[in-house]
Amino acid sequence: MTATTPAPSAPVAAPEPPVLAAVDVTKHFAVRSAVGARSVVRAVEGATLDLHRGRVVALVGESGSGKTTLARLLAGFYTPTSGEIALEGVPVRQRRGRVERSYHKDVQLIFQDPFGSLNPLHRVRHNLERPLKLHHGVRGKAELDRRVRELLERVALTPAEQYADKFPHELSGGQRQRVVIARALAVEPKVLLGDEPISMLDVSIRLEMLNLLDRLRTEDGLALLYITHDIASARYLCDDVVVMYAGEMVEGGPKEQVIADPQHPYTRLLVESSPDPGRGARDRDALFDADADGLGEPPSLIDPPPGCRFHPRCPFAMDVCRTQAPPRADLGDGRWARCWLHAADRTITQENE
Amino acid sequence: MRTGLLGAGLVRGWKVRVGLSVIGFFVLLALLGPWLTASIPGLDPRANDLTAIGQPPSAAHWLGTTQFGQDVLAQTIEGARGSLFVGFLSAVIGTALAILVGLPAGYFGGRTDSWLNFLSNLFIVMPVLPLILIVAGYMQGTGLWVIALIIGFFGWSGGARTIRAQAMSVSNRDFVLAMRTLGEPHHRLLFHEVLPHLTGWIAAMFLSGVIGGVMAEAGLAFLGISDSGAISWGTMIQAAQQQSAVLRGMWWWFVPPGLCIALVATAATLVNFGVDELANPKLRTVRRSVVRRAQAAETTVGSDA
Repeated sequence: MTATTPAPSAPVAAPEPPVLAAVDVTKHFAVRSAVGARSVVRAVEGATLDLHRGRVVALVGESGSGKTTLARLLAGFYTPTSGEIALEGVPVRQRRGRVERSYHKDVQLIFQDPFGSLNPLHRVRHNLERPLKLHHGVRGKAELDRRVRELLERVALTPAEQYADKFPHELSGGQRQRVVIARALAVEPKVLLGDEPISMLDVSIRLEMLNLLDRLRTEDGLALLYITHDIASARYLCDDVVVMYAGEMVEGGPKEQVIADPQHPYTRLLVESSPDPGRGARDRDALFDADADGLGEPPSLIDPPPGCRFHPRCPFAMDVCRTQAPPRADLGDGRWARCWLHAADRTITQENE
Repeated sequence: MRTGLLGAGLVRGWKVRVGLSVIGFFVLLALLGPWLTASIPGLDPRANDLTAIGQPPSAAHWLGTTQFGQDVLAQTIEGARGSLFVGFLSAVIGTALAILVGLPAGYFGGRTDSWLNFLSNLFIVMPVLPLILIVAGYMQGTGLWVIALIIGFFGWSGGARTIRAQAMSVSNRDFVLAMRTLGEPHHRLLFHEVLPHLTGWIAAMFLSGVIGGVMAEAGLAFLGISDSGAISWGTMIQAAQQQSAVLRGMWWWFVPPGLCIALVATAATLVNFGVDELANPKLRTVRRSVVRRAQAAETTVGSDA
């Protein structure tokens, strides 16, 4: 089931099969409270996602919506509770030892925090040489030196000789993140998962990082998953956008349509909450009856609300939203939303509007 | 360069300096002891001088003689060898076991952790002293090697728990996960990513292991568990005790070895303070970067000229 590209005639549909696909993936964590009561955190529920060569998919949502859990599922750190992750059409099951390594030859993850994802005790060179040795059997000092230089130049850390022998603490946040990206590139993966790769960086260098990621996509044909809570950067970099709320995917489709004309109330709220100088302050108030600030917090994932998980905060909530989870409604052009407003019975929508 | 800087960091501060020089002095004594006692006449720890039995310190015998007419100074020098040998060997064994058990427990977690943690808990609750008594009694007639082995084998559990806790926290940091994503095998992650971050803890553990080893050896010797032929500070105190040195006022017999044990323990503790500072990587990072920047500036100046 290729969910983000249902119609072959749609202009966004890539003809080739996805490199990495998650089909109906669910992840529950068992937790135990101090008194010993067991409970289950439903971190990700029924996530379906396709990553294609040379395309960037943005996964947006607020903190705690399960974005990182999904990234880590895709990176192979967790095994899904149910559902399936397929790499080039082959379902990935047990990931141990050699299988794990061959999986990671194709899928690499960039962590959010460039200050935490480099071992402070290793030089830049060590970080880049290890994947070269592990995955490409590169031996010999001269060859390693050449490849390390190449990698550093690709992420624009020049002069490369100077950076190769530095320790992480001698680099700035942006330089560290470049090293992290270079390290992932050293593997020559097909899929790059970016878990909020720019959120810890200074605003002034975010654009450079986005351009770097964009170059990797166009030049190397990487499939990119770009996780963020920043709609503006998603709009800048991505082709498709998928919106997550409380562990569920609520809307997806090509970026322009999703951002310019959000169909799910949560997406609207998200888009409206990103600053836009061209928009009047009134628009948002008009949309949400001036009480969007009072819409409350995201729900607990231990005890999510029944029905649609967004209904306690949704200005358009109906009776059916409180009892039944909405089905996925295809809206054409590769767009879809999981909302009763768009479910088969469109009359409800009209009445509401 | 790194060891040099590490050394420079360590030698900072009087505590570490005093501690290291005291330990260095005793290590030298242990190494050169046999040569010293052999080459200086009248300094044979085993010779019984029947003309001087139980003599207080004098010009001929600087630290007096024992009830058997043995020179106390010679014995103290010779004893440094035995005591420090037991101390260091038992610390090496104990620390190695603590790493072997604690590191995988903290890193792998899950079932591995349950089993290894069970093992260390077992060794923690086991009544160690009676067990050592039994084992040592069972292996009677054996030398300092066995004593060191026994002390090390029964003394690792607390350290394993510390290493486990630290390894657990380091293993969950992003860079370990990142290197795993790169395809690093577990043994590389364990020994190249996680273990280097525990150096401070391990060094501190080793030093307290040395103290513990020296003390335990003395304690065991005092209880009569030791090789009768070997000379260590413990056996000296035990001999003094057996001959009622305290009652007879022969303080020169048991004070030197006792003082030496106390000195070594104090010195190791002082060094530990310095290691504690090193264990905080931030302190070290700052210093290192400053040094490197200074060196970089130097080289550029040099190349310009």
